[in-house]
Amino acid sequence: MLEIKDLHATIEGEDKEILKGVSLTIKPGEVHAIMGPNGSGKSTLAYVLAGRDGYEVTEGSVQLDGEDLLELEPEERAAAGLFLAMQYPVEIPGVSNMYFLRQAMNSIRKARGEEEISAAAFMKAVKEKAGVIGVGDALLKRDVNRGFSGGEKKRNEILQMAMLAPRICILDETDSGLDIDALRTVADGVNAMRSPDRGFLIITHYQRLLDYIVPDHVHVLAKGRIQTSGDRSLALTLEEKGYGGVLGAEFAEAAA
Amino acid sequence: MATALETVREYTGGEYKYGFVTDIEVDIAPKGLSEDVIRLISAKKQEPEWLTEMRLAAYKRWQTMTEPTWQKVDYEPIDYQAISYYAAPKIKERPKSLDEIDPEIRRTYEKLGIPIKEQEILAGVAVDYVFDSVSVATTFRKKLEELGIIFCSMSEAVQDHPELVRKYLGSVVPAGDNFFAALNAAVFTDGSFVYIPKGVRCPMELSTYFRINEKGTGQFERTLIIADEGSYVSYLEGCTAPQRDENQLHAAVVELIALDDAEIKYSTVQNWYPGDAEGKGGIYNFVTKRGACRGRNSKISWTQVETGSAITWKYPSCILQGDNSVGEFYSVAVTNNRQQADTGTKMIHIGKNTRSRIVAKGISAGTSDSTYRGLVKVLKSAEGARNYTQCDSMLIGDKCGAHTVPYIEVRNRSAKCEHEATTSKISDDQLFYCRQRGISEEDAVALIVNGFCREVMDELPMEFAVEARKLLAISLEHSVG
Repeated sequence: MLEIKDLHATIEGEDKEILKGVSLTIKPGEVHAIMGPNGSGKSTLAYVLAGRDGYEVTEGSVQLDGEDLLELEPEERAAAGLFLAMQYPVEIPGVSNMYFLRQAMNSIRKARGEEEISAAAFMKAVKEKAGVIGVGDALLKRDVNRGFSGGEKKRNEILQMAMLAPRICILDETDSGLDIDALRTVADGVNAMRSPDRGFLIITHYQRLLDYIVPDHVHVLAKGRIQTSGDRSLALTLEEKGYGGVLGAEFAEAAA
Repeated sequence: MATALETVREYTGGEYKYGFVTDIEVDIAPKGLSEDVIRLISAKKQEPEWLTEMRLAAYKRWQTMTEPTWQKVDYEPIDYQAISYYAAPKIKERPKSLDEIDPEIRRTYEKLGIPIKEQEILAGVAVDYVFDSVSVATTFRKKLEELGIIFCSMSEAVQDHPELVRKYLGSVVPAGDNFFAALNAAVFTDGSFVYIPKGVRCPMELSTYFRINEKGTGQFERTLIIADEGSYVSYLEGCTAPQRDENQLHAAVVELIALDDAEIKYSTVQNWYPGDAEGKGGIYNFVTKRGACRGRNSKISWTQVETGSAITWKYPSCILQGDNSVGEFYSVAVTNNRQQADTGTKMIHIGKNTRSRIVAKGISAGTSDSTYRGLVKVLKSAEGARNYTQCDSMLIGDKCGAHTVPYIEVRNRSAKCEHEATTSKISDDQLFYCRQRGISEEDAVALIVNGFCREVMDELPMEFAVEARKLLAISLEHSVG
């Protein structure tokens, strides 16, 4: 469903390539994990897929269900079924979490030519999903992400993802800043969404998250390219040997 | 208004949608201002001698005054002799019932989304319709009269309740108060008059809808609201004008008087034509609004959402005279393109334990300029006075300006004044976050701005709040990217 071919990208106005030819195909029902050292281009890949301003695609293509994703505005990509759970969810003062969620749902429905969700149906769905993900009533009523703890922010992202029911979910370092309990809750939320017609791309620095969300494929992104791919065991090997050990000394993290 | 939802849906196409002109025969005074013109206005309105004298005295005073220049706005000098000071739809006499109103005028208000009807949908709101210089209709008068509430046009009040008008007119904003107030006192043509008797809680929202239609005129309306002891009233005002290349002057005066234990809530959604993207045309909105909390435990609360006008110059204020009286000012001022707004409030603490609260939100986009200008003055007599002021500015883009000019003068040691101010921008992160969730860029701006203004929006009566939210969105269209 998501087909990335030879994707090259730079930061707008700069020559330096960050993605230097990434190719990756995610089929419906599959969970792919992308691991890589700092500065390898993981977050850039997530932003380029979601269409964030400030990046320039210089070569390559991305298709979602046969549609050229790169031609679309960010909101059109969302309507097409792409969701990005962000590493740093932003605060929107004065806008209640619930109101935001409903506006997001209705915007996507409108773009797809569907009817708006009724207030009652929305309330029912949000209560149900929020319960599973561990987002309490108080959090739903508060301003979007305002004063949320790290764990609350990430759970909120997963709640949005569950409500918007995307085709392809990209999780950008969702595990960063989470304690073990929060990590488990988030992983449960993601696992509950796994389905034969939905794909996942999980970007993470550590393999810890993959203990809870077990991937079908693991890729190692370094220096703007996928250097090697494998199954779940690759993540474990990485943990044991480090990036340098798997990819060669020149890929070792500076701090390692 | 109550039909806000439909109206708003119709008007969400962007740009200024109230810019049409109604083709109607008018009775218009020759251009220019002189004693003769003032006498003409006064005669047309069959006013008593004392009022004519009051106007002439104001005119004399005005001639000695100069236009204020301290505000942070720029405009070409106004030629006061090029304006016509009276324009009224030609009707032989005021219609006896709502059914007799000119169909053209009726259609105008239908197009604006506030049909002249005492219909179910507007059941909770009584409306006075002011078209250019005159009030053309007032709904629900009978029902209000049963409670002793007077809600009528200023012209009628002068005829029917001269004792009240004479007692209170100019008692809060005297003719010599400022240049524009003096001009208004000389030439005011109509406006709304409200009197709430002792102990009566007005059961519906009272509202005036101001419409400027005629070319080359100004609108100079005068509103007077008196809340007698222990009474309560919530009053709303809305305004629109046709889209024209020339600037038109709107110089209104609003006076509020709250006696012991009375409360007045005054809300404005101002949407005068703002001019085009290049700054051509638009209304000059130079307005003096002031409330006097004369009685003990009285309260006056101003809420304003200012999205229109080329220039806004306006400082709804409270004179807190009665002990324990309360003044509030909640404001959202949005400027886009070349609009300029210099707005704020004055809270004058005179009585003991008087309290005031100011929450002002300014949003600037395009190449516009927005200034908050406020004065909190605590007199020696105001033992235990308290004030809280919060001024927040939001900038959209990098070519606009936001300024905050607060003055605080305290003459009593027991007074407490707090002032907080912030400036923020809509961040790329916020926009991207919204868009990634499927919300378009323009909807995202509206969402973020509405969030920024929520404290003020929450103060608006329900029917207005919906319209005001949409107005914000429309005013800021094309402000990003």
